Amino acid sequence: MIDVQNVSLTLGGRSVLRDISLTLSERRIAIVGSNGSGKSSFARLLNGLHLPTDGQVLVDGLNSRSDGRKIRQSVGFVFQNPDNQIVFPIVEEDVAYGLKNHGLSPAEREAKVQNILQRYDLIGLRHQPSHTLSGGQKQLLAISGVLVMEPRYIVFDEPTTLLDLRNKLKVQQAIASLSQTAIVVTHDLDLVSDFDRVIVFDEGRVVADDHPDTALRRYIEAMQDA
Amino acid sequence: MLDLYQAGTSPVHMLKPGWKILCLAAVGSALFAVDHIGFSTAMLAATLVLYRIAGLPLSRAWGQIRPAVWVFGLIFAAQVIFNSWIIGLYVLIRLAVLLMLAGLLTLTTRSSDMIDGINAGLGPLRRIGVNPERVSLAISLTLRFIPVLSHVVHDVREAQRARGLDRNILSLAIPAIIRTIRMADEVSDAIDARGS
Ligand SMILES: Nc1ncnc2c1ncn2[C@@H]1O[C@H](COP(=O)(O)OP(=O)(O)O)[C@@H](O)[C@H]1O
Ligand SMILES: [Mg+2]
Repeated sequence: MIDVQNVSLTLGGRSVLRDISLTLSERRIAIVGSNGSGKSSFARLLNGLHLPTDGQVLVDGLNSRSDGRKIRQSVGFVFQNPDNQIVFPIVEEDVAYGLKNHGLSPAEREAKVQNILQRYDLIGLRHQPSHTLSGGQKQLLAISGVLVMEPRYIVFDEPTTLLDLRNKLKVQQAIASLSQTAIVVTHDLDLVSDFDRVIVFDEGRVVADDHPDTALRRYIEAMQDA
Repeated sequence: MLDLYQAGTSPVHMLKPGWKILCLAAVGSALFAVDHIGFSTAMLAATLVLYRIAGLPLSRAWGQIRPAVWVFGLIFAAQVIFNSWIIGLYVLIRLAVLLMLAGLLTLTTRSSDMIDGINAGLGPLRRIGVNPERVSLAISLTLRFIPVLSHVVHDVREAQRARGLDRNILSLAIPAIIRTIRMADEVSDAIDARGS
């Protein structure tokens, strides 16, 4: 369970999030809202990439202020642009990257890497330079690099925004089949219709928090009024 | 060296990357220290044999030299003018051996293994404050982002052409640098997020 308690966030002198309190325990949670409403900043609070200016973020009881490293091990993060999170030149190297610091034997590492690559149909590309992959394959590689670490939660920040329809569907399917808790920032309302919970952000505040149909209806109405 | 690795199980592939780098350095120094054309020619032959042992066609060896052929031409011409064609040939052989051996290293060594090798090699420098993991992460990132950055430059150039700007190095450099800095921010977040 991720517990966000009275959190405010100021970045570069700007108040970006204001007094947010949420308990995140559902398996599929969506964060929606217009550009600049604070979704990415909120997502970054959940794994300690941002620390709250006020209030606190607890992940299974660990405080992001004092246990950032441990929290990042249990909260994986997938960014919008896979190009910026693939850090190794070859596909399999990138997947293995996080494992290197975890004291696994080479055989254990290899088994995990192989398993993940198979799961996302990347096994045939394992020796390829990562920059030659398609957009969707890159995003699946980015997801693989996170999943191989077996985090308990995964936060996605607009994982499908840069993708075409075919690749978007692949990534959607990947997210749907996760056994972990997923918190997904997205503009893609189809993706979230079967989620457990949708949280709507506006100007750094939570303005709706409900089942998808109710929350999305309010979100769409608000956008039409604005 | 990005896309070059040719998977294989030959003895050349299996040799530890650290040794390969060391051999390359040793042969490179020897080529210039031992002033005998017989030695250079022997090294050339040995290099070509190594390519075959690695299961690579000799065209791959030639492929290492081809991009530098015009440089070879210039050097050879200069040697012919100022020395003799024999010396020109001699210099070319040394350079060719160096390029082909360096190419063989990258063709038979996965970049991650090379990086691990460098990592291990830098181990003793830990005492004077060098962090080998950081050095090797920097090397991987460099390798990884060369194609990404050339893509950025290409995108910026295209966007500017579409708006009628052409061939202005400043108007290319500034947006490319800004995009690169933004990207660097996110890359560093991503590395943090992946727990290093
Ligand atoms: N590092 C920063 N410094 C100053 N302002 C920032 C910073 N990061 C984000 N902001 C501002 O915070 C607001 C929310 O940004 P963000 O969380 O990225 O929104 P979203 O992801 O919903 O589009 C925006 O107005 C943005 O300009
Ligand atoms: Mg955002």
